Amino acid sequence: MLTNSLEVAVAEQRTATNNTEDAVITVRALHKRYDDKEAVRGIDLEVARGEIFAFLGPNGAGKTTTVEILEGFRSASSGTVEVLGADPAHAPAAWRERIGVVLQESQPEPGLTVRECLELYSSYYHAPRGVDETLELVGLAKQAGQRATALSGGQRRRLDVALALAGDPELIFLDEPTTGFDPSARRAAWNVIAGLRERGKTVFLTTHYMEEAERLADRIAIISAGQIVATGTPKTLGDRHLSRARITFTPPPGCAELSPAMAERAEEQPNGAVVIHSATVAADLHELTSWAIEHGLDLNDLDVTRPTLEDIYLTLTRSQTPTETRSQT
Amino acid sequence: MTVLLTRLFGAWRRARRTRPGAPTKSAAARGPLAVLLMQVRFDLLASFRNPRARFFTFVFPIVLLVILAGVFGNGITHVDGVAVHLSKFYVPGILAMSIITVAYAGLVVTVASARETGVLKRRRATPVSPAILLGAQALSTLVTTAGVTVVLLVIGRLAYGVALAPGALIAIACTVIVGTLSFACIGYALAGLIGSVDSAQPIVQATVMPLYFISGIWIPNVNLSPALRSVASVFPVEHLASAMHLASVRSGLGAALSPHDLLLLAIWGVGAAAIAVRRFSWLPSTATA
Repeated sequence: MLTNSLEVAVAEQRTATNNTEDAVITVRALHKRYDDKEAVRGIDLEVARGEIFAFLGPNGAGKTTTVEILEGFRSASSGTVEVLGADPAHAPAAWRERIGVVLQESQPEPGLTVRECLELYSSYYHAPRGVDETLELVGLAKQAGQRATALSGGQRRRLDVALALAGDPELIFLDEPTTGFDPSARRAAWNVIAGLRERGKTVFLTTHYMEEAERLADRIAIISAGQIVATGTPKTLGDRHLSRARITFTPPPGCAELSPAMAERAEEQPNGAVVIHSATVAADLHELTSWAIEHGLDLNDLDVTRPTLEDIYLTLTRSQTPTETRSQT
Repeated sequence: MTVLLTRLFGAWRRARRTRPGAPTKSAAARGPLAVLLMQVRFDLLASFRNPRARFFTFVFPIVLLVILAGVFGNGITHVDGVAVHLSKFYVPGILAMSIITVAYAGLVVTVASARETGVLKRRRATPVSPAILLGAQALSTLVTTAGVTVVLLVIGRLAYGVALAPGALIAIACTVIVGTLSFACIGYALAGLIGSVDSAQPIVQATVMPLYFISGIWIPNVNLSPALRSVASVFPVEHLASAMHLASVRSGLGAALSPHDLLLLAIWGVGAAAIAVRRFSWLPSTATA
């Protein structure tokens, strides 16, 4: 028994070491205190090389503070932060060659064209990606000669991404990159971000759009009131995969009764639909459909759903009081 | 000789190849000086494309000079004991004002707006060093004030007969450099103290307008009371104007240069730099959460 648990401990340690080796970002017990409040209250994070990591949370939850610490704009009050093997608060210029940052809010360089902006930012890096290649990548090749300030909102955001990619970085921070985009611009941006993963880049993404996180992220962490409340893949976050499925259907009026075992679990809705919460979907569906066929019912609106990522997110972040959330918006 | 020419030609061709789009080493790979020059080039490009900067840098001083010299030009005043027409008096005064407009007023607005719009923060996230960004801004400001100086001196020579001896020109060049750098430091200090772009312009005007009246820029200070003159002598505006005026009436470098005024300008500059170092931030002032 003792040997067994020791073996487990050793194995765990080995995995941990391995993780640290290909970890691009490692955060342990990070705290950040401002004068009057504690914005980040002891968080741990690990982001592996080549993954898209989504960092979600309501406004005022400590998301931006954490991102700014990782980017080296602010220093931690306590805890350890390692990004690409260095402490961001004291990282040398060579470290900045390897990261790219898209800020939540920034205006283009005034007076310069799109191409000139990129020429300027490329000049900061020892081995920049070509200007034309970067413009092509974000879909701004046609606007290269336009003044950056004359671009539309979506195009400006793409320029922000282009400037972050100018140095061909390994790790890219994207802080709410698609806020205010129309649906087609958002799809285009997702393609660009997914393309970064194909090139082996690591992406640290913050967003308010659950669909964006679900579509792009390999892993998700949710921060609420300064603490991480859940981490996981889009499928497993908050035990989403373990939660009960909802089976809904509308029995035609006056049809036969369900089996007593099922009828007991069925919840009738005001609109006539019936909901069954199921932990054994196959068995329940088998029973339900057998019953339907036996009585010649179609059950055309039969539906099996799991909680959406948004449902999970709202449940997990509910503890943060709504007033606090609103005051920061 | 032939070898030298071939070498030069080779160097020229290599330089030609560094056009945008051509596969070449980046500025950063060529060294900090290349990045600095690139930054100066784009800083100047951005400011010349800004209609507000163009107007206040070049159009406004010329218009003001023409109006003041046209209305009051025939009057006589004294500069350092030398009797001059007011038309000649206004050329160095407006020159001092133009330098303050570019290096102080313009710079405060540019820096505050670059900070509040996230431009400074975004640049800070790249490997470029703060020293290069600050150095480039100092250089591009110097290039602009030098350009304004040339334009105003040419107009002064052609329209108002302000002829300057080589010694006086060297004195003016020194004054332009010291004045520009000092006012740029004061500009950085103020930019660090104010929170928003909206408040930049009014604060800048409130600080310089009264001084323009009492520092010999718009009104010859021989006409002012000793009390006002001693108030003005505390501030850098008077010393920049005084150094310019002195150079306009003296010919030898020794007589045209005013070490006392330049020293006072430099003290203001160093003091302001100390405040700027403490107060300057790359992040927008609203970002705290």
